[in-house]
Amino acid sequence: MSNLLEVSGVSVSFDGFKAINNLTFQIGSTEMRAVIGPNGAGKTTFMDILTGKTKPDEGHVYWGDKPVSLLSMSESQIARAGVGRKFQRPTVFEDQSVQENLMLALKNNRGPLAVLRFHPSRRDHEQVAKLADEIGLAKVMSRKAGELSHGQKQWLEIGMLLAQDPRLLLVDEPAAGMTPAEREHTTEILVEAAKTRAVVVVEHDMEFVRRLNCKVTVLHEGSVLAEGSLDHVTRNEKVIEVYLGR
Amino acid sequence: MVDITSAGAPTRKPFVMRYPSVAIFLAILSLFTICVTVLGEGFGIGVVSTSFIKTLGKTLCLCLAALAMDLVWGYTGILSLGHMAFFGIGGYAIGMWLMYARTEVIVRESLSAAALPPTPQEISDGIATQIFGVVGASEFPPVWALAHSLPLQMAAIVIVPGLLALVFGWLAFRSRVTGVYLSILTQAMTLALSLYLFQNDSGLRGNNGLSGLQNLPGLEAVPQSQISILFFWASALALGLGYLLCAWVVSGKFGSVMRAIRDDESRVRFLGYSVEAYKLFVFSFTAVICGIAGALYYPQAGIINPAEVAPIASIYLAVWVAIGGRGRLYGAVIGAAFVSLLSTWFTGGQAPDVSLGFFTIQWVDWWTILLGLSFVAVTLFAPKGIGGLIDRFTEHRSPERHGADLGPDAGALREKEALE
Repeated sequence: MSNLLEVSGVSVSFDGFKAINNLTFQIGSTEMRAVIGPNGAGKTTFMDILTGKTKPDEGHVYWGDKPVSLLSMSESQIARAGVGRKFQRPTVFEDQSVQENLMLALKNNRGPLAVLRFHPSRRDHEQVAKLADEIGLAKVMSRKAGELSHGQKQWLEIGMLLAQDPRLLLVDEPAAGMTPAEREHTTEILVEAAKTRAVVVVEHDMEFVRRLNCKVTVLHEGSVLAEGSLDHVTRNEKVIEVYLGR
Repeated sequence: MVDITSAGAPTRKPFVMRYPSVAIFLAILSLFTICVTVLGEGFGIGVVSTSFIKTLGKTLCLCLAALAMDLVWGYTGILSLGHMAFFGIGGYAIGMWLMYARTEVIVRESLSAAALPPTPQEISDGIATQIFGVVGASEFPPVWALAHSLPLQMAAIVIVPGLLALVFGWLAFRSRVTGVYLSILTQAMTLALSLYLFQNDSGLRGNNGLSGLQNLPGLEAVPQSQISILFFWASALALGLGYLLCAWVVSGKFGSVMRAIRDDESRVRFLGYSVEAYKLFVFSFTAVICGIAGALYYPQAGIINPAEVAPIASIYLAVWVAIGGRGRLYGAVIGAAFVSLLSTWFTGGQAPDVSLGFFTIQWVDWWTILLGLSFVAVTLFAPKGIGGLIDRFTEHRSPERHGADLGPDAGALREKEALE
């Protein structure tokens, strides 16, 4: 299996503090991966690097079948190349309806002139309706996103992410603020998504990670501490010491 | 709610039918134009004076500029405090031709008395001496190279503001300058332009500016009362078309992206939209609208000088939009029309002084303070501006229920019946 993403020897420091230290990471094109680690382990910075928000001081990030470097691309170029990100705090466009939010995210030409002439086709409408159904928001399509509950916003953001149809999904704490039933549903969606694309889930909740049933990468002080199945890493002495033992 | 920002239904109706506020606006504008024509001196019964018609025509141009400001600020969240610079450039561009062509007529007349027919050089020198005598020059500076041609100067109305906005915007947005820093930068731009124009050797007559713009070359026989109506029509047409165009831009997915950029620009980047390209597009597009508005405004004002592009003018533009209601097109128009007409009334000395016994409020001086206070009050207490009143009215009349029951009972009136 060829790798979709290869991160090698990446380091970044903020005012002398090494947030990421010689990090190496690979993920295949149809793989689910959970990233865990204590606070300050560099999980968010790691995502920032992948999405172009932060430029590393050294190291390489290669992407795709014919590997290209992500480091020379802007955030929007990276997103168009197929990296989708879900933030910890749900960030949807509160002043716009659920329908508009989904339409905005739907995979289509992103150029200003194309968008100016854009008119949603029947297929676009169908896809939006299908997504809305999948995330359980079909009944509130014309409500403004700001009126939704916290959990519904989480769903909307997941829906927007799926609408983008990315090749790599970066998901930051997807289950935060969800009921057990909703967690179940989230797990299903993520597992389903991982059949056709790569999914990286950052999560604190061990129970949720266990349910994802995938390879786990443990980050600590900006580098990989352990990697393997959940049972494997939870037996690791170092992991227990820095993360689980306390 | 008749707000054009609400989601368009998938069914395809004509554009103005899908957005009632656009149809209502165009109807009111047409009605207003007809009333003014009938009441004016040029073609009607002459109840309204020519100078007031000019004021109304100018107000329509300001409304067009306010539309542009609303697009850039209300919808995209870029608080540009320099858009009146583009307005002024449009005015200068048309003013150069007006002044050149008008002076040419005069020079030709005066030289026709000579024994020999004048050479083109003599005519050109004559015009230059006439125009630039006030700043002690007698030759055409390079910027006037195209002033003899109406089509070329008309092209300049669009191209010069557009190009300036493109270059300025590219530099600013590429460096991710946002918020208050961008506002300061745009203020600096308009201040620099104004200071440059104040210089006598800028080639645009320094602080004298361009004058006599109300006299249209070739239309000397037509009285001002009729010319004022013609310009009023042109301004109304420009405002109507501008409104339609802006409504079209903000109603679709492009408008959705604009509002998304205003609310959370980094999120828009992560969706794959190049925020900089969008901002640049909106900034330049609105600069062009302002240029056109300015080109229609100054022939009605009759004079343009560098003070017109001073930073305060652009701040007024922002105040109008804020008072009228940001993020809704009719709000910008209402704000610009209401505040600028009120301002004309107060500063024209028509408003009665208020005597407090120990102190007399003279509105000519105190109007700016009143305006400033109302700006603060609107920002604090009614962020939706005057347009917010319309929301209250329309929501009261037809609540947006999307076909849901009006009452708990299944037999209750449905939305459709209730609206009849």
